[in-house]
Amino acid sequence: MKAFTRETSTVVTIPGVNCDTDQIIPGRFIKADRAQGYGQFLFHDIRRSETGELDPAFPLNRPAAAAATILLVEDNFGCGSSREGAVYALVDHGIRALIGPSFGDIFYNNALKNGLVPVRLPEADCQRLVQHLAAFPDAEVTVDLATGELILPADLGRHPIVMNDFARDCILRGLDEIEMTFTYLEQIEAFEKARIGSHAWLDR
Amino acid sequence: MAQASAPRTMLGKIWDAHEILRHPSGPSLLYIDRDMIHEGSFHAFADLKRRGLMPRRPKQIFGVADHYVPTRGRALADAASPAIATMIETFDANMEWGGLRHFGLKSREQGIVHVVAPEQGITLPGLTIVCSDSHTSTQGALGAIAFGIGQSENAHVLATQTLWQVRPKTMRVTIDGVLPQGITAKDVMLFLIGTIGAGGAGGHAIEFAGQAVRNMSIEARLTLCNMSIEAAARLGMVAPDEITFDYVRGRTFAPSEQEWDVALSQWREVPSDADAEFDREVHIDGSKIAPMVTWGTSPEDAVAIDGRVPEPASFEGEEKRKAAARSLEYMDLAPGTPLDGLKIDRVFIGSCTNSRIEDLRSAAAILKGRKSVVPAIIVPGSTEVKAQAEAEGLARTFQEAGFEWRDSGCSMCAALNGDFVNPGERCASTSNRNFVGRQGPGARTHLVSPAMAAAAAITGRLTDVRRI
Repeated sequence: MKAFTRETSTVVTIPGVNCDTDQIIPGRFIKADRAQGYGQFLFHDIRRSETGELDPAFPLNRPAAAAATILLVEDNFGCGSSREGAVYALVDHGIRALIGPSFGDIFYNNALKNGLVPVRLPEADCQRLVQHLAAFPDAEVTVDLATGELILPADLGRHPIVMNDFARDCILRGLDEIEMTFTYLEQIEAFEKARIGSHAWLDR
Repeated sequence: MAQASAPRTMLGKIWDAHEILRHPSGPSLLYIDRDMIHEGSFHAFADLKRRGLMPRRPKQIFGVADHYVPTRGRALADAASPAIATMIETFDANMEWGGLRHFGLKSREQGIVHVVAPEQGITLPGLTIVCSDSHTSTQGALGAIAFGIGQSENAHVLATQTLWQVRPKTMRVTIDGVLPQGITAKDVMLFLIGTIGAGGAGGHAIEFAGQAVRNMSIEARLTLCNMSIEAAARLGMVAPDEITFDYVRGRTFAPSEQEWDVALSQWREVPSDADAEFDREVHIDGSKIAPMVTWGTSPEDAVAIDGRVPEPASFEGEEKRKAAARSLEYMDLAPGTPLDGLKIDRVFIGSCTNSRIEDLRSAAAILKGRKSVVPAIIVPGSTEVKAQAEAEGLARTFQEAGFEWRDSGCSMCAALNGDFVNPGERCASTSNRNFVGRQGPGARTHLVSPAMAAAAAITGRLTDVRRI
């Protein structure tokens, strides 16, 4: 996993409450090999017209959006299917952080495992940011995971990035979780022995 | 020992029994009893192979081909495209590579993973169960911690049989009273999600309780827990009771008769203590619920069948108003339109929400001696459900009603296997998601119970099943 410490970028606003993972990546693309790159599938059906051309009105298709690595999203972003392809699509497109009032639980966890930083920001603050970006589309936001702060433009203030320390530490250091878990192998084995001992049917 | 004697919720008890250790920074390292694999898990296998690792506990991993399987036949050649056939082949190859038990396309035990797992006794009270599918919440109906994970976490489970997890908050949903005739667990869930919202249970584990739940069969409880993810819950669960124990007994991967008494004494300890405290409580009067139907593109867009398509202006907040307007545009519906009588083009009965034997019985009861006036397919949840429905004569009822009687799989719910709703078509569907494009690009989904879907088939319109 790519480590993340601090990211400063302009912000693209993705409209829609309950933006489910089917919108982030339609099901027909999730059988693709990751090596193909999933960025091409990001928001596929809502970014494009029926004939497949990029819709110039979709926020991510505007020329100014090309360099942005942070998205501002609405409530319950990433709800629905557990497909990690939704996170692959965002990451492969170059997105490094998301800001929104809430995220689907499985999506949130998938994001953390891929070094994509989802920042929960209260609804009212998200609203203020939307309004500010409408007036100042070039305004930059900084996601500083090292200090645990989201730094918004102008007078919108600094906000704590609420994330459990474990996940934060993994992302900051780009830690491989499986390798880290193997350091506890002795405890796992001892636990397992007792568990299987009292639940023999698990071992058939 | 004050801690141990404090009243605990079912979630707390099962969690504590699986916590190997707690990291100083918060999350628990949870032991995972069983992991279910499907075709979509190929990323996790690629990850293992890249690392040179093998599945650590093969006996605790089970595979089922469901998302991509053809429903018109059981040969690989029946797959809708070569790319789809490759998904099924890759699944078999990965399972064989890992030395993992799996129920492939031609297996008698094949079916939708969340139908198969309880059916085979893989899902048991008190277990931790994961699967790289959001509807893993279904399996909590037997009193287990069961939740969906992504492929990175799936690889972690395959490699270590553990997961780092933050304990969710608890929410008890009490459904009091007796459900009226014709009202099912599906209606209860659409009502609940319509009430608390698609994000309403975010960060919480739901425990369903109350008289209506105690009276429910396992099939109905599976439907309840299945849709808890549509309210953004981490998982759903129902306390195990005699109905659960009767259901589990004798199933292939359940404790044997020799082990039964030991298992039973463990399972009786699983339910929440009487005075356990939940972080949130929601009460629903089950006796007041009507047959439900969705009008929009989120499961929260649910109203009673005698209701109307709402006016976007009636919603609170600019985002909700915009979302409702977008939904109505996609669904091609005008505000104020009565749902009852809305013309539909197609019916789908199936999915991990509503494809178990009881669902099929309830649809057959409506269809008996009647004809569908629109194209309609019925996809049983498992090959075993299919055989049972044939033995009970239900299949014949469906065929006589003009339904296509298919082989089991996820089919038109996920629309990954080539079964889809055509662009612009309106489908009465017993699945769980009415998302934009979910059943195919441009597809318009109305979520309903199996009985309501059957009623819609015979009239060609969304119809109040209580009239039939």
